[in-house]
Amino acid sequence: MVKALRIALPVVGFSMLAIGAWLALAWVPAERDMGAPSRIMYVHVPAVWMMFLCSILNFGSSFWYLNKASLKVDALAEAGAEVCLLFGGIGVLLGSIWAKPTWGVYWNWDPRLTSVTVMLVTYAGMLAARRFEEDPDRRARVSAVLGILAAASAVLVWFSVKWFNSLHQVQSSPKTTYPELVFTLRWNSFAFLFIAIWFVWERYGLAMATRAGEVAPPEPPGVTASGGAA
Amino acid sequence: MSGGWARPGLLRSALVVLQKDLLIEWRTRARLNALVFFALSTLLLFSFALGPDTRLLGRSAGGYLWLAIMFSSVLALGESFRVESENAALDGLRMLPVDPKAIFLGKAAGNAALLMILSAVLVPVTLAVYDVRALLGLPKLAGVLALGCLGISAPGTVYAAITARSRAKDVLLPLLLFPILIPALIAGSKAATLVLHGDAMNELGSWTGLLFGFNVAYWSLGVILFPSVIED
Amino acid sequence: MSTPPQALAIDAVDLSRRYGTRWALARISIRLEAGQSLLLTGHNGSGKTTLLRVLAGAVPASTGRASIFGMDVAKERATVRQRVGLLTHSSYLYDDLSAQENLLIPARLLGVPDPPARIRELLQQVGLEGRAQDAVRQFSAGMKKRLSIARLLLKEPALALFDEPFGELDPGGIQQMESVIRALQQRGTTVVLATHLIEQGQSLCSQRLHLEGGRAAAA
Repeated sequence: MVKALRIALPVVGFSMLAIGAWLALAWVPAERDMGAPSRIMYVHVPAVWMMFLCSILNFGSSFWYLNKASLKVDALAEAGAEVCLLFGGIGVLLGSIWAKPTWGVYWNWDPRLTSVTVMLVTYAGMLAARRFEEDPDRRARVSAVLGILAAASAVLVWFSVKWFNSLHQVQSSPKTTYPELVFTLRWNSFAFLFIAIWFVWERYGLAMATRAGEVAPPEPPGVTASGGAA
Repeated sequence: MSGGWARPGLLRSALVVLQKDLLIEWRTRARLNALVFFALSTLLLFSFALGPDTRLLGRSAGGYLWLAIMFSSVLALGESFRVESENAALDGLRMLPVDPKAIFLGKAAGNAALLMILSAVLVPVTLAVYDVRALLGLPKLAGVLALGCLGISAPGTVYAAITARSRAKDVLLPLLLFPILIPALIAGSKAATLVLHGDAMNELGSWTGLLFGFNVAYWSLGVILFPSVIED
Repeated sequence: MSTPPQALAIDAVDLSRRYGTRWALARISIRLEAGQSLLLTGHNGSGKTTLLRVLAGAVPASTGRASIFGMDVAKERATVRQRVGLLTHSSYLYDDLSAQENLLIPARLLGVPDPPARIRELLQQVGLEGRAQDAVRQFSAGMKKRLSIARLLLKEPALALFDEPFGELDPGGIQQMESVIRALQQRGTTVVLATHLIEQGQSLCSQRLHLEGGRAAAA
């Protein structure tokens, strides 16, 4: 059952994404003001949503780990952080591609773009820090602390960048909605969700396999009746 | 036997840790001097990078002052934990035992004090080199700087403790700390610029408010998280 | 926190500690009555240091449990640390501060009454009374060891754990260290002593535990 699900997730996810591509590129009528470039939104927005979902997963696992240390929870946190970085990277890249025809520049210090980028740097830093801790238990605890700080930072950066830019003019995304747009966005979001869950799942499996090589078996060697001092 | 003595409480222990850090800082003031000169030379470098346009320099003075403090803070923070790990002295405090929360409060306060001393030296130089005057008065500038130094030292102390035991501490500390400090940099630079050039729109309050909120967030997170960082 | 009179100084059952893929300590059990002394022997890397650190509450055990004077090391870590003194390879000293200051800081953190008098007394006991105001950075390894001993004595621990206390000491220093340990024993302090100097160790301790690869073994 679990095995079947693990195979079905990517199959369903990528098939839906293929259909989603047709929906977004051909089926949905072009947006009135923004034209063709706005179609990038159908992959950009789901990617950013998955990034947030995975960062919540990382925060939750980090919090959980500090309350009850377990290498499984740490593996989940690691998977969450890496998949978050992946989808965030895709999201920022697509966002800046969209910005070029829309605003004339790839980068304009838009609060959302900026704060998401800062957040990704924070997660990249956390993943880098993990590489330099050999002891698996200490690595797990340190990354749990970093995960909580990264989440706090994401919130603070968002508010400060938004505040910072409130003096400049704030560009807004198209607000007009129609049923086809909503449906395609939802369709793609579910496609991304299935792919994201599959990624996290596979990454978690990989992380657990790595830990099996790093951590001694749960039971120490030797017979129980060890000769202690009387 | 031990334990019969009246042990100092959280704040008193933090105060002893703070006094210890300040004493070490005083004993190694050659290091402190080097730090001050490092900060001064970054201030000069910024002005060379921007060219001799005094008006442009003047307008950017608040931001550059903060950048100089932040770059120096990484060195100061790393140093404050090098002292602790030299002979595993932090372990010694842990085993006395001293409440890890008190260690955090003491060391973070010590680092903040150090950064405040540094800013006190940097301010007159900034005013002279960038040709600006504190339009709203020096006390307000001091207040903004104090708030900012406190804001750097709380997350800085946590991250320095995390990276102190790592092989790549010199790279990791700025990599982890700088993105976290962005809200403090934004708010601090804005507030400093307003104090230097006037606050026509009455915005100073909201920027110092943001700086204050940053402090509240990271001082509380530090007290909560620091024990997990230094305990095995 | 009152201690039941019959509580063992050390009661450890199946104590194990893992570092990565390695079990540094595997299924060690110890029962030591208060006032007794235990000698720990074994080659480098046999787990002596890890055992002492686990008993002191410096690092948690991966499996198994230990209690010190009836207090669980994992659950009552702060209380256990208050009663245990640990002398390790690391001196716990600040090189930039003087010998006197290096004792004054822990004294104030411990709440020792009349610190200056007590510190004078301790520096005299370890033979450093003439160097109280000198920075520790100028000290030799042996002098640092003496100062760490003074730091440990400051705490007046009920259980004192010594990890290679004779290392880096000259013959006079070794004698002095022996007399310090004897004085502790006479006051009723429980002592665990890990050392390569088996003769010295056996003259100080009534019991012995030999470690090999983290496990208890016949000497």
